[in-house]
Amino acid sequence: MGGGHSHALYLPGTSPLHRARPQCKLAAAFLFVLAVVATPREAFWAFGVYALLLTGLARVARLPLPTLARRLVIELPFLLFALFLPLVGQGERVEVLGLSLAREGLWAAWNIVAKGTLGVATSVILAATTPVPELLRGLERLRLPAAFTTVAGFMVRYADVIVDEVRRMRIARISRGHDPRWIWQARAVAATAGTLFIRSYERGERVYLAMVSRGWTGSMPVLQELGATRGQWLAALCLPALAALVAATAWGTRP
Amino acid sequence: MTAAPPPALEVEGVAFAYPDGHQALFGVSFRIQPGERVALLGPNGAGKTTLVLQCNGVLLPGAGRVAVTGLPVAAEHLKEIRRRVGIVFQDPDDQLFMPTVAEDVAFGPANLGLRGAELETRVKAALAAVGMEEHAARPPHHLSFGQRRRVAVATVLAMEPDILILDEPSSNLDPASRRELAEIVTGLDVTILMVTHDLPYALQLCPRALVMNGGAITADGPTAELLADAELLAANRLELPFGFDPAALRVR
Repeated sequence: MGGGHSHALYLPGTSPLHRARPQCKLAAAFLFVLAVVATPREAFWAFGVYALLLTGLARVARLPLPTLARRLVIELPFLLFALFLPLVGQGERVEVLGLSLAREGLWAAWNIVAKGTLGVATSVILAATTPVPELLRGLERLRLPAAFTTVAGFMVRYADVIVDEVRRMRIARISRGHDPRWIWQARAVAATAGTLFIRSYERGERVYLAMVSRGWTGSMPVLQELGATRGQWLAALCLPALAALVAATAWGTRP
Repeated sequence: MTAAPPPALEVEGVAFAYPDGHQALFGVSFRIQPGERVALLGPNGAGKTTLVLQCNGVLLPGAGRVAVTGLPVAAEHLKEIRRRVGIVFQDPDDQLFMPTVAEDVAFGPANLGLRGAELETRVKAALAAVGMEEHAARPPHHLSFGQRRRVAVATVLAMEPDILILDEPSSNLDPASRRELAEIVTGLDVTILMVTHDLPYALQLCPRALVMNGGAITADGPTAELLADAELLAANRLELPFGFDPAALRVR
């Protein structure tokens, strides 16, 4: 079995950040991102403060910064789009290194890069300190419909099983001399995808049968009450509160 | 006056056709007494799995009746029926879907309404019965196949069923896991119906066997006698492994 894919983003630890209730972390992360997004783009200093806050958080959680930085790479496609904006923007233009760039486009690009990076960094820290099942439980506590969290839970559980199935089918294919190099050889791969779909569908039916056989009636039983105390909520909400303060100051001191 | 205890499982004249018109069962009848261990033998497509799904009301018979310790399988008491009948399915990956082993074992009893310390005791006892206590906190997909099969048995034991139905319990197991599972099964104090075409395993674990073919029961008797009857086996597409001497079975 492959194993471990579903926990690939989680870095085990015992820091206060690891131990915090998932619903508190989720709410704090969401509100923090809201505050970041609501900050005026001209307030460079505010984004610096946000970045410092996140770095501090990563230090508290003892997360290796290089690893986190590497995970930020996921936002690259969006950044490429942002880089494009100053080139095609309309209106007043400025000269930078011999290139004629749109002032408005530059601001828009900066806005996307700064806010996007902070947002992704927040999720990266959240994912590194919270295992996936806990995230799902946190979402459930935050009153996300059980249908969503249940489906997401199954996805996590069966990702490994399906990846393993794909691997076995691929090995079986290449063992019979299949060596796809050209697009017209994709037929077997497409057939594999179709078979995989049907197998997964059938597995879904069998899992459902097994659940019904153990008395399932439509909702997952709550096994642990993972309630958070007021203190835990207060501690978690310190971060978004600070961010909100920064955002408010940024608006207040706007020229 | 004390009435005899009702049979653990009573199947009477059960016929069933799937919605697509394929008839899988043609009047199946048998009884299993409390404490018995019975093997249900038959080739692929004999209707074994269809029959198993009748026993806990996932499928309801078109004709005939099924009763579990006296309680008829019907829509109004499905919850109690599913507590009384524990099915261990063939592929443990179908049965283990929760994030950790302990949560998976807790799934059934929690559906029955158990909570807190009571639930925890059940989970611990069930995992202990299959020797998997130390793996309680692990995700099921990190276990070996044999371990997953044992956890699958525990998920059903945790519901304290009256009858345990094992669907092909020995499939895909290596010899050591196979033996370990046999030790667990013989150590359980529960009525067992074991669906299999692994004849030696049936002989090892079940004193009595039912033979099923073409949607009907074709033989019912002591396992050793049935397996020694070469004609019966041939007529039902059952075969002993190479080198297995049916004559040796008679003397047991």
